Amino acid sequence: MIGLTHYLVLSAVLFCIGLYGALTRRNAVIILMCIELMLNAVNITLVAFSSYIVPQLLTGQVFAIFVMVVAAAEVAVGLAIILAIFRHYKDIDIDNINLLKW
Amino acid sequence: MGQAAAFWIMAVVIVGAALAVVFLRNVFRAALLLILCFIGVAGIYITLSADFLAAVQILVYVGAISVLIILAVMMTRGGMQKGNPSNKLKIPAVIVGAALLGILIYAVTTSTWGISTQEPLTDTTAPLATQLFSENGYILPVLIGATLLLAAILGAIVITRENPQNKENKK
Repeated sequence: MIGLTHYLVLSAVLFCIGLYGALTRRNAVIILMCIELMLNAVNITLVAFSSYIVPQLLTGQVFAIFVMVVAAAEVAVGLAIILAIFRHYKDIDIDNINLLKW
Repeated sequence: MGQAAAFWIMAVVIVGAALAVVFLRNVFRAALLLILCFIGVAGIYITLSADFLAAVQILVYVGAISVLIILAVMMTRGGMQKGNPSNKLKIPAVIVGAALLGILIYAVTTSTWGISTQEPLTDTTAPLATQLFSENGYILPVLIGATLLLAAILGAIVITRENPQNKENKK
C-alpha cells in the first residue's frame, strides 16, 4: 500500500538530485533545469500532504499553484538573464562568469 | 493496487529522468528528459487525485517552461565547449546531497503524521476555484501572482532586448 511516506521519500530523492545538479553543473541552462526539478519536488510534497492530511481542504494544492506561478516567472527571467549573458560573453559556463565574485 | 503500480512506475521514471538531466553530456537530450520528468510528476499528481494540478502541470511545465528551456538550449549553442561538465565542487556536493537526503528520509520515516481517514476529493477543479477566488480565500495572492507574472514578462523583454547603444558601436 502506498502511503504518505512513499511520496515524501520520492520528493526528497528528487530534491537532492536537483540540489546536486545545481551545485555541480557548469552549464547555466542545466542549473536552471535542476532548480525546476527542486521546485517540482516541493510541489509533490505539498500535494501529498494536501491529499493525505487535509483531503477535503485542498490548501496544499493552492500552494502548489502559487509555486508554479513563481516558477514560471523565475524561469522566464532566468533564461532572459542567461541569454543576455550569452550575448555579451559568448559563454554560458558559470565558472567563467565571475563578475560578481570578489 | 492500481495506485501502487502507477506510483512505482512514475517514481522510477521521475528519478531516472532526473538523474539523466544531471548526468547526460548532451544538453538537448537533458532538456527532453526534463520534459519526461515533468510528465512523471503529472502522473504522481493523478495518483494523489489532484486532477486539476496534473492538467496545470502538463500545460505550464510540459507546454510552456520546457519550450522556453529548449529555446534557451538552442540559442546558447556554442556557449559551452564540452556540453555538461561539472565544477570542482563535486565531492562537497555529493556529501551535502547525501547528508540532506539522509536527514530528510530519517525525518520523514520516523515522524508520525496525522493522516486523515477521509477520502480525498476526486473532482478538484470547482473546489480549487472556490478556494482561490472566494472572498475568504486566496484572491489577494492570486492578484499578486498575476502582477508578478506581468512584471516577470516585462523584465524578460527588457533584459533580452538588444541595447541600442551597443548597436551604434557595432556600426
